[in-house]
Amino acid sequence: MLSFKGEMSTDLLTSILQIIENKLDRFGESSKVKKRMFNIMVECLQNLHHHITQPAKDAGKDMPSVIVMVAKNVTGYSIITGNFVEDREVEDLKNRLEEINSMDSAEVKNLYKSVLAEGKMSEKGGGGLGMIDIARKSGEKLDFGFIPFGEDKSFFSLNVKVK
Amino acid sequence: MDSINIEGTPKTPTVKFDDQTSVLVIRGRSIPENSIDFYKPLIDWLDSFSAGNANGITLNMELEYFNTSSSKCILDVFKKLENISKQGKSVAVKWHYEEDDEDMLEAGEDYDAIIDIDFQMVKVEEI
Repeated sequence: MLSFKGEMSTDLLTSILQIIENKLDRFGESSKVKKRMFNIMVECLQNLHHHITQPAKDAGKDMPSVIVMVAKNVTGYSIITGNFVEDREVEDLKNRLEEINSMDSAEVKNLYKSVLAEGKMSEKGGGGLGMIDIARKSGEKLDFGFIPFGEDKSFFSLNVKVK
Repeated sequence: MDSINIEGTPKTPTVKFDDQTSVLVIRGRSIPENSIDFYKPLIDWLDSFSAGNANGITLNMELEYFNTSSSKCILDVFKKLENISKQGKSVAVKWHYEEDDEDMLEAGEDYDAIIDIDFQMVKVEEI
């Protein structure tokens, strides 16, 4: 449905959302699926926009590069994102994602509620709710991976399934 | 009491207070990247409302979408209302959701569970 590689900006984020909304309309998707897709895409794209790490210089790029792919398959949709993260952030991110994946949907819902009620706002405003919300709305396990890149960075990929 | 009137955009909701009816409406999409900046004027307005002598307030939440960056700010709005309610003023929250949007209904139930105000869930065809 869509694939992109390059620099994420606010304008681009808005355009991607618009394109996907239009395509889902053309597919005659139910309003429930459209809303879930929209919500998850907003979180994924804003995550990319907020958590940008420059790729290593030897990658031959000056701008932080991300990938976004949205695909339709037999069972539903996949929203796939990829971005560079610092190696020192990997452990924490991995633990959080594994914790979310170890929970059933009722537990994810409760985690969301408790982080919302007690959690502190991060300086970027996210408050750690993004991934929990993505998992809650997806209803599927988060499919993710880290590939070491250069001396101190990794490429983080996330595949969110929407039915 | 100064009123508040913020026009909606594709990423931020309309925020309007009608001082005749004492109804505050938050309507539309709330997906700004920096929600703290967007919600600051409303939070400040609620502080001055709380200090004023109005008898009460009704909040109509009519959101189509909100992002997790907004969710904390929305909680802060409800906390301000909770304080107004604790002053003995009447506070009502009407949480609107589209009939097939169980995610939005659940989101309202989450806030209802956290905040000490009884929410009224209002099912509508379209927001």
